[in-house]
Amino acid sequence: MARMSPEINAGSMADIAFLLLIFFLVTTTMDVDTGLRRLLPPPINPNQPPPPPVRERNVFVVLVDQNDRLLVEGELGNIRELREKTKFFLLNPSNDPTMPERVMRDVENLGEVEVSRGIISLQNDRGTSYDMYIAVQNELAAAINEIRNELSQEKFGVRFDQLTDQDLVRAVREAVPMAISEAEPKDIGGGSR
Amino acid sequence: MIKGRFKKESENKSQKINTASLPDIIFMLLFFFMVTTTMRETTLFVQNKLPSATEIQKLERKSLVSFIYIGPPLQANIFGTEPRIQLNDAFGTVNEIASFVEAERQARPEAERPLMITSMKIDSETKMGIVTDVKQELRLVGALNINYSTTRGDVAGL
Repeated sequence: MARMSPEINAGSMADIAFLLLIFFLVTTTMDVDTGLRRLLPPPINPNQPPPPPVRERNVFVVLVDQNDRLLVEGELGNIRELREKTKFFLLNPSNDPTMPERVMRDVENLGEVEVSRGIISLQNDRGTSYDMYIAVQNELAAAINEIRNELSQEKFGVRFDQLTDQDLVRAVREAVPMAISEAEPKDIGGGSR
Repeated sequence: MIKGRFKKESENKSQKINTASLPDIIFMLLFFFMVTTTMRETTLFVQNKLPSATEIQKLERKSLVSFIYIGPPLQANIFGTEPRIQLNDAFGTVNEIASFVEAERQARPEAERPLMITSMKIDSETKMGIVTDVKQELRLVGALNINYSTTRGDVAGL
């Protein structure tokens, strides 16, 4: 009778591990989902009185029609100029009475800062292409991010996207809110069906 | 005859490479992939070429994200070219989004439900009409946290 060898043959272990590895390679994905985060407004409750209308001077109207043309504050606009225009509107450097009001607000970690009451109202048509819509959303977000960067640079000496302290991030977010309203759908400019 | 030749060859190979640590290496690779990747849940039925944007954010916790795919069907000869909504593993309609969101909510622990994000993976050739319908439906069911899924890159038209 042969003596049992104390070693277990582990030669097939590698094959089993390879099999598992290939299974995981095939069934999983590596990509991290990225995108533009937005918060939708809550549904309108018919029993509640409508919120008070926002004053005209505080609203920055951006329309995109079914041919992907841009109407910014009543004028034909270009997507290349949208970022600058939005920034100028929100900052209102010359205190123009037709541009948004600014209120002093006490923000934690920042002290008294001027907060713009400007709201961007983005309206689109049913025929607008999604590509264009995202491009416009991106430019509007870029404008706000640039303002945040400037404020953060001025107060903390670091750009907003490089801030690591969550309290400071929250403070800058409060001082420069991401006020983009995706309006109630309405058919502007005929549209497609 | 043949047997003899084989025997001769094996006699020549006196040295063997020790492969005892090979399983360990493969297991290490395996664990690496298990940790860094996530399970693919759905097979896509719609074309899904995402638009690109620069101001993007990462979705940190994948377990909180549910996906809605919109785009023209891949099998255009069967389903046509009109953009369709895909929920999980089947085509859906706008009316089915409410039950889809409810099912997604039920699948997660109660404490995490308010943090849920609905990520819309929409093909860049889609028109906004169907997107608006979906958004309105999401508002009605209270899934207000949304994400327009995009890739990193320069914006089209700039």
